[in-house]
Amino acid sequence: METSIIIETIIKAIVVLAVFSALAGFTTYIERKVLAYMQRRLGPSNVGPYGLLQLVADGIKLFTKEDFIPQNAARPVFMIAPIITAATAFIAMSAVPFFPEFELFGYVVRPIIADVNVGVLFVLGVASVGLYGPLLAGMSSANKWSLLGGARTAIQLLSYEVVSGLALLAPLMLVGSLSLIDINNYQAGGFTSWLIWSQPLAFILFVIAGFAETNRTPFDLLEHEAEIVAGYATEYSGLRWGMFFIGEYANLFTVCFLVSLIFLGGFNDLWFIPGGLAIVLKVMFLIFFFLWTRASWPHIRPDQLMWLCWKILMPLAVINILITGFVMMF
Amino acid sequence: MGLEEFKDRNIGVKNYITVQDDNYPKTNGEVFKQIVKRSLKGELFTGLKITFNMMREALFKGKMHTVQYPAEKLPIGPRYRAVHKLLALLESGENRCIGCGLCEKICISNCIKMDTKIDENSRKEVLEYTINMGRCIFCGYCAEVCPELAIVHGQRYENASEQRAHFALKEDLLTPLDKLHLQKEYEGFGAVSPDADEKIQKTPLQY
Ligand code: SF4
Ligand code: SF4
Repeated sequence: METSIIIETIIKAIVVLAVFSALAGFTTYIERKVLAYMQRRLGPSNVGPYGLLQLVADGIKLFTKEDFIPQNAARPVFMIAPIITAATAFIAMSAVPFFPEFELFGYVVRPIIADVNVGVLFVLGVASVGLYGPLLAGMSSANKWSLLGGARTAIQLLSYEVVSGLALLAPLMLVGSLSLIDINNYQAGGFTSWLIWSQPLAFILFVIAGFAETNRTPFDLLEHEAEIVAGYATEYSGLRWGMFFIGEYANLFTVCFLVSLIFLGGFNDLWFIPGGLAIVLKVMFLIFFFLWTRASWPHIRPDQLMWLCWKILMPLAVINILITGFVMMF
Repeated sequence: MGLEEFKDRNIGVKNYITVQDDNYPKTNGEVFKQIVKRSLKGELFTGLKITFNMMREALFKGKMHTVQYPAEKLPIGPRYRAVHKLLALLESGENRCIGCGLCEKICISNCIKMDTKIDENSRKEVLEYTINMGRCIFCGYCAEVCPELAIVHGQRYENASEQRAHFALKEDLLTPLDKLHLQKEYEGFGAVSPDADEKIQKTPLQY
């Protein structure tokens, strides 16, 4: 019994790691294609059919590139920083239930690595630890652009963290549990029982915070090329740079799964669509939405982000909690 | 105009018309009103709509702006000044250049070098003719000045090469003998217009 659980967990961890690293790579391809079509270009199209092998080419390039460490950099910190980003991104996934339970060769598989009863808290906590990666990278690079990027990481963390936490509080009050499986089961009643209908404001706030957390475009302050070269990643090359990006895309998936699980009904069956497929569709739509906004919206200044988060979103979140509380009371 | 107006040096700041004058909010109340208006107007969604339509048209109506460059090339203007060509005489295939040296003289970046001698028929013969493409600014003076239409600007705008020597060889510029039948007469910068014969009076020897 004990060993079977250990083996099962190890297999699940390996599967999650493999699937999501591959997906992270694939998302870079999708992102380039979607952005290209939105800007009426073609995107990768020469390597392989529809440019699909571009992924492999990029992978080979990243693997074989020189691993460069600047002279005055704080070496150990510089070397560890990308690992923090990538590792925390995957650790955060361990508490996310990706699919409903299914049976494989008569063995019930629960597609969650660790069903901790504080799932949401764990995922949010570990994901925000991930921002230590860019922060330490920026501070250890011995480069002023990187330092600016690192400083902006701190700003970003200070801005969105409070919003994402407070925004989630209201739906959690309704559900009464921090476990993502409980949250999912709360919405088992079909389309109308989705939490987005009872908590629309929380949904919007959490998605905005999600944008900041994954540093996607309206809030991609950390490495905005037009302003600070490449921000915290300026001095990184090769695989270390690649790890930042695998971490970033893995984070993107985590946030999309979180949004789908908490607000969009999770992996419950949707009309005729089975639950496993439903959540994949939701996550795919959210990822597309993230790419879509990248093509459409301008990037904002760090002070604007702070202003937005502290002066607009946080009060809204608090008001939302108050209203939810009153509604639950009476 | 009086002396006063002459002495006034603040010309720049006067008579300025601001083309687009936004009504910036002045009080906090106005700032708040602007925020509410902008948040509820859904401008962000207009942006999303535009990009989505762009993608739809690109995917299903083939409205792309990409030129697949090495495979597909945009036509360039006939009088575009790209890498030179030394034209040959159509009949004999001989170099058209008579070695007058005008192009060498006029070139403002000193990139044309030529070597001539008087041959046994007491005619001037061009031994060597090089253009240093690394220095050339493609001003077109050489083509303009040439009395023989020997040097013109061709259409070859892809100048990248691995060797410096490639940028100065006469063989690269001169039409090769086997390609002579492909040489078009009045083309490129520095050539006369196609209806030049009607415009120019014939020399007395002709009639
Ligand atoms: S184009 Fe101008 S710079 Fe170039 S060779 Fe002719 S005269 Fe000289
Ligand atoms: S101006 Fe024309 S004819 Fe005279 S030397 Fe130059 S290329 Fe030859």
